[in-house]
Amino acid sequence: MCTMLIEKTNVQGSGKGSKGWFKFSQANVSFDHPTHLHMDYSINIDFIQEVEENNKRIAIELTPESAKKLIETISKSLKKGSDMGLKI
Amino acid sequence: MYTTDMYEGMIAETININGHNNDQINAYFARPINSKAVPGIVLIHHLPGWDEWYRETTRKFAHHGFAAISPNLYFRDGHGEPDDIAAKVRAEGGAPDEQVIGDVTKAMKYLKNLPYSNGKVAVFGTCSGGRHAFLTACNEKGFDAVIECWGGKVVMSKEELNDKQPVSPVDYTKELNCPILGLFGADDESPTPEQVKIHENELKKHNKNYEFHMYESAGHGFFYYDKPVYRPEACQDGWEKIFDFLERKL
Repeated sequence: MCTMLIEKTNVQGSGKGSKGWFKFSQANVSFDHPTHLHMDYSINIDFIQEVEENNKRIAIELTPESAKKLIETISKSLKKGSDMGLKI
Repeated sequence: MYTTDMYEGMIAETININGHNNDQINAYFARPINSKAVPGIVLIHHLPGWDEWYRETTRKFAHHGFAAISPNLYFRDGHGEPDDIAAKVRAEGGAPDEQVIGDVTKAMKYLKNLPYSNGKVAVFGTCSGGRHAFLTACNEKGFDAVIECWGGKVVMSKEELNDKQPVSPVDYTKELNCPILGLFGADDESPTPEQVKIHENELKKHNKNYEFHMYESAGHGFFYYDKPVYRPEACQDGWEKIFDFLERKL
């Protein structure tokens, strides 16, 4: 089924789509059917820039296991930066 | 039954129709070219969007002699590639039930008003579209048959209800006034076999005309040939059951 399990958060970042770079302000994370990945359910992350006509979107679909690894990797990267004295 | 010596023609195109509240929406419409009166079918797309599979399936029904229409339930949410629009709608919690019922009912009336309609119209949907097919047929008169394929959230807990989905569809069972064909997979997580049983028991309790089939080898979405959930045997048998059901009911 379509689980409709979705979490949203405000973020600040930039991504590159088919028409070049753009800034985004929101990340939507769902645990639902992917469009492209061959899985029944996946962690789908949409980085969104809200615009008048339509949203710009960077879409990522990860296996749940990959999503966990990514969380760990981001955490490690943040820690290393912090240890070097970078502001996080 | 198609034979190789038959002439076959079809018109398939995007059209504009009036939807819920008379809002203009677009729809994909396919019909065979012949001089016979034909039955109609409304296809309700799934939450992943008004996508290529639904266009193909609309043409499939036209190939089998139906005037088939698939309204774009996300028309009001803007235009772009179907998965981008679907992502936007998913983030907003899906289309409201009331709006979907309105759009689907207007599509049914469009088919019934065609000069070549035989006056009978079915409604078909998969996944969230299966849920909407049952929900619409319970809430509006004028449908002659329902095909519900693995409709998730037909049975909803109180905690799952919200402004857009305020009533669990199974609670409307008493209002259903046409036959229903249901196709489900035993390995599905929504609807689970237990939820399908609750759905079936309600139909039985209210003496409804129903035919439910549970495929042991299948999970969710077993018609989708480009997904790992595809199950060729269940898919083939499912389509045979659908066309047999429609031939008997329309």
